[in-house]
Amino acid sequence: MKNIWKKHGVLERRSILLTVAILVVVSVGGLVEIAPLFYLESTIEKVKGVRPYTPLELAGRDIYIREGCYNCHSQMIRPLRDEVERYGHYSLAAESMYDHPFQWGSKRTGPDLARVGGKYSDDWHRDHLIDPRSVVPESVMPPYAFLSGRELELKDVQAKLAAMTKVGVPYTQDMIDNAKADLMTQADPFAPARDFKGRYGEAVLQRDFDGDPARLTEMDALIAYMQMLGTLVDFSTYEAEAPENLR
Amino acid sequence: MSKRETDEVTGVETTGHEWDGIKELDNPLPRWWLWVFWACVAYAIVYWILMPAWPGINGYTKGVMGHSDRAQVARELETLREVRGEGAARLTNATLQEIEADPDLQQYALAVGQSVFGDNCATCHGVGGAGAKGYPNLLDDIWLWDGTLDGIHQTLQVGIRSGAEGARFSQMPAFGRDQLLTSAQINDLTELVMVLSRREADQEAVGRARPIYAEQCASCHGAAGLGDHTQGAPNLTDAEWLYGASREEIRTQIWSGRNGVMPAWAGRFDDETLKALAVYVHANAGGR
Repeated sequence: MKNIWKKHGVLERRSILLTVAILVVVSVGGLVEIAPLFYLESTIEKVKGVRPYTPLELAGRDIYIREGCYNCHSQMIRPLRDEVERYGHYSLAAESMYDHPFQWGSKRTGPDLARVGGKYSDDWHRDHLIDPRSVVPESVMPPYAFLSGRELELKDVQAKLAAMTKVGVPYTQDMIDNAKADLMTQADPFAPARDFKGRYGEAVLQRDFDGDPARLTEMDALIAYMQMLGTLVDFSTYEAEAPENLR
Repeated sequence: MSKRETDEVTGVETTGHEWDGIKELDNPLPRWWLWVFWACVAYAIVYWILMPAWPGINGYTKGVMGHSDRAQVARELETLREVRGEGAARLTNATLQEIEADPDLQQYALAVGQSVFGDNCATCHGVGGAGAKGYPNLLDDIWLWDGTLDGIHQTLQVGIRSGAEGARFSQMPAFGRDQLLTSAQINDLTELVMVLSRREADQEAVGRARPIYAEQCASCHGAAGLGDHTQGAPNLTDAEWLYGASREEIRTQIWSGRNGVMPAWAGRFDDETLKALAVYVHANAGGR
């Protein structure tokens, strides 16, 4: 036994062997910490209501990422009393299961947005994005007025959904084929929506989000995304105190 | 090569390693550092025993303390409910009118209301409730919708054009944008609204606008322009203007008919909080 401790010279003198040995040791940590997350029952929650983003919401989420909103806003209500009191029910893992990448964030210069959906009106979101200090005088958020002037890019809508399927989001071929039509439908309160709602559920929001019915702008997409955040799970029927949910 | 020897200068033993004549002194680690190190190791082992730690094949070690963040927050919220219990129960059991009539209970409701207002309502209605363009002032007794205590409570629950069930709803048409009236007719109507609020206007245009007003506007705003709380139609004869008082702003509103939205709060707050908020808003507005 004592001799094994004297043998480190074998590794130290062979760089390739040392590299391989380091990889083996490091991967043990990874296997123990990460691998169980993919098969343990207790890390995979079953929650009703979570659905993939509609094409318009997905476009809004891309703008959210592009503008770096996650640098100042988290989307993660931790199971702490004060957070639950302020923001609502703590976030469930399943609520971000179709987020690639997830938007939990790690910094709250602005408030958490995990349940901002439905908390304010579309008008408020528009006013606030155009000039945050017009509605929140003490805000330090930069203005995003240009969003209402930019037409939403439509040419890659289908490709975006198709890309999401590669990372496990269950968009059907039907959803991908109709992505562009669904996107236009959601932003137009007068468009027939039977097929669109058939694909994404009755509860999906359909209206002119940016208050400018003549144009489909990035503002439409971002507000559509904001207004659905945290609204998918019905917490009036979710049993937070049930043993299987108290993990 | 692995020959331990004593260094002449420091009197410390070397490790016996040597690279191109450079030797390594075998100084012991500082004792305090070693103690901290072993304390951390001991802490980790105790932690593994007490708290959820190691993942396995079918589950994870639960720890003898049975800790769970979610169970803990549920307990903390329960404690909070107990702490608030007496006041909350009194709010739950009393009617809105009883809360206002009982000075103690009213004070309690106002304190709850103020805190909830600051975190949720002030975002639109302003920190003090003075409102802004597009967001009604809550500090006066001029109301778009029913401004009684029960009316405010109802508005808080269902919202205005919120999409919630039973939400208050009405729609001002976009007379210009949707081409219901011509641009000239809207100019005339603007003059009439100026007269209604006792300001100077082009009398000829006002004359032309009267029949249009009677046909298009009076059903909501009333023949005399006094508004209608059941339809959320503002009084046009006072000095309070949701979307601005100027001739230009009034014309814009007739042209594009903005309809404000207030979210429904019934799902976000419990019953006693909604009651407290209604009492708070009612009191701020003069309590009439």
